[in-house]
Amino acid sequence: MELPNPVLTAAGCGGTGRELAQFFDVARLGAFVTRSITMAPRAGRPTPRMAETPSGLLNAVGLQGPGVEAFLERELPWLAERGARTIVSVGGGTVAEFTALSRRLADAPGITAVEVNLSCPNVEDRGRMFARDGSAAAEVVASVRAAIRYDVPVIAKLSPDVADIVAVARSCVDGGADALAMINTPAGMSIDVDAMRPTLAAGAGGLSGPAVRPLAVRCVWQAHAALPGVPIIGMGGVTTGRDALELILAGACAVAVGTATFHDPYACPRILRELEELLTERGFDRLADAVGLAHRPAGTGPRGRTDLEESSL
Amino acid sequence: MAGSPVQMTGTVLTTRRVDAYHALTVVAPGIADRFRPGHFVTVAAGGRDTSMLTRRALTVHDVKPDYGGTVELVFAVRGAGTAWLAEVKARDTLDLVGPLGRPFPLPRDPCTCVLVGGEYGSASLFALGDALQTRGCRIDFVLGATTAERVFGALRARRMGETTTLTTEDGSLGMRGKVTDVLPGVIADARADVVYACGPMAMLRGVTAVAVEFGIPVQVAVEEHMACGIGVCMTCVVPVIGEDGVTRMLRACVEGPVFRGERVRFDDVGTIPFDALGAPGGRNV
Ligand SMILES: Cc1cc2nc3c(=O)[nH]c(=O)nc-3n(C[C@H](O)[C@H](O)[C@H](O)COP(=O)(O)OP(=O)(O)OC[C@H]3O[C@@H](n4cnc5c(N)ncnc54)[C@H](O)[C@@H]3O)c2cc1C
Ligand SMILES: Cc1cc2nc3c(=O)[nH]c(=O)nc-3n(C[C@H](O)[C@H](O)[C@H](O)COP(=O)(O)O)c2cc1C
Ligand code: FES
Repeated sequence: MELPNPVLTAAGCGGTGRELAQFFDVARLGAFVTRSITMAPRAGRPTPRMAETPSGLLNAVGLQGPGVEAFLERELPWLAERGARTIVSVGGGTVAEFTALSRRLADAPGITAVEVNLSCPNVEDRGRMFARDGSAAAEVVASVRAAIRYDVPVIAKLSPDVADIVAVARSCVDGGADALAMINTPAGMSIDVDAMRPTLAAGAGGLSGPAVRPLAVRCVWQAHAALPGVPIIGMGGVTTGRDALELILAGACAVAVGTATFHDPYACPRILRELEELLTERGFDRLADAVGLAHRPAGTGPRGRTDLEESSL
Repeated sequence: MAGSPVQMTGTVLTTRRVDAYHALTVVAPGIADRFRPGHFVTVAAGGRDTSMLTRRALTVHDVKPDYGGTVELVFAVRGAGTAWLAEVKARDTLDLVGPLGRPFPLPRDPCTCVLVGGEYGSASLFALGDALQTRGCRIDFVLGATTAERVFGALRARRMGETTTLTTEDGSLGMRGKVTDVLPGVIADARADVVYACGPMAMLRGVTAVAVEFGIPVQVAVEEHMACGIGVCMTCVVPVIGEDGVTRMLRACVEGPVFRGERVRFDDVGTIPFDALGAPGGRNV
């Protein structure tokens, strides 16, 4: 998969694309990542669905969306028409649902890649996330990989809420994942001290924004160290070009921007510009030369690493 | 979506206190140009490198042509974001996105309109009143709040409206009680054709019930927790019945904030009604 630039929207943070198109041309994104599409329409969770925390945002949206049929009819064609490269995020509660969904997407034109949201609760495992368990995650990835055209990459999106992210990453790659995306939101909670009740109607929610960036950097670092040949899309609190570069130095070859877009609708194009300026300032000809560079032994010069993988994302 | 929103850094022209509220006038030509009554803006709170990641939604109270176009915002201090805004001084700059949302639809022909405002909700009614009067409509105001200093815009309402009725829960101004206590009388006396309302959810529910009883249309501007204001985060949803009779969780920031009152399922706000499209275990899945 070749993308014209390394800045993507994060799943569930760019609407249908039309909302952002009021501010900038969505074809200028490295790719547009959709919210997680489900087989049937979903109404999501009750409100309040959001709570602001220090440099963070808790959300419990619950994958509200119109279902795959409406997505294929109304959303995907529009993105294709606009020249956006579309990465379709998929969500489901069972392996069978992921399979059915992937079959439905298999011959739709205009899909650049499929991202598997493994943070969905597995209804056959008492609601435990697929991403918590390497074998469950691998099974989902394999089912999607089997249904999707061989030339469309499958990306496994991982949760940081696991004991060993490298083990899950490795299982996903063994299951057929062409790339990894990390991190999805870790679970968090806030309590309204005046009402003395959880702030979110759902109780707990997913934490995003700069508050989780160190977690994202650590996860990307570990996955890149263990699986240096696997492309990683890094995300979690990217707000500036400098933040994007941090994830790239940890091993990401592309970054996705979520919560920052809520604050600044122009976040994606701005972060791309800032990143390009930083790379130029530091004398990098190609982004690939910066990918994982922080892993070089201490004391080596910044350009000391020569065995870098060409970024193929 | 009428007229795309813009993001801009606007200079604060004036700040003032209006009873319990703060008012800010900000130079924002691109927003003032596109403004229609009912629109809102979102403000970034906390300045550069703020730890507050979500924008604050505020109704545009007024626009003026000065300095190429200004918008006036009126707000109550609630939490950290509005507390920061209350400290903003003239000549500071504010990061605004707007105009946002679906504005109030206006009647094609002159008619009689009752405008109901609760707390700072009345802030959005004066531009609406101007637009209605320009179209030859008669307007009557009903404004209410818990206490006198929380009733916003009583003087201006008295100047503009054919009649103005005020209510406070503690009786410190106007009639003691709620706007819904006096609304039936105002509608009957004015022989109103339509009701517009902006204020807390509970008030909107009551106002809608009154309008439904009179069999007249009611347009309400709702308030739900918002993170982005531009339709991308899906946090601001309310259950609304569509033309086809199906309830959907609609985003207040783009499909609203103005909805036909009788279509909003006020009793189910804060829940996912079992018969909503895509409700867990619902028939529509
Ligand atoms: C369309 C619309 C128009 C509004 N117009 C006005 C107005 O003209 N004047 C005014 O005083 N207030 C208005 N509000 C409410 C105002 O947005 C909140 O009071 C404000 O966001 C609270 O921010 P805070 O940081 O002080 O509070 P906090 O409680 O610290 O806010 C935390 C987070 O929750 C969100 N939030 C909290 N309460 C609300 C709420 N009631 N509505 C939306 N988001 C909320 C904030 O945006 C922020 O992201 C409006 C709300 C909406 C949706
Ligand atoms: C409101 C909201 C909705 C999200 N929806 C999805 C989703 O549908 N699928 C998914 O894989 N991740 C979803 N995410 C997670 C983001 O894609 C991203 O992994 C995470 O927010 C970290 O990035 P950020 O800090 O830049 O937001 C969502 C995040 C937020 C804040
Ligand atoms: S506030 Fe984000 S979708 Fe409405």
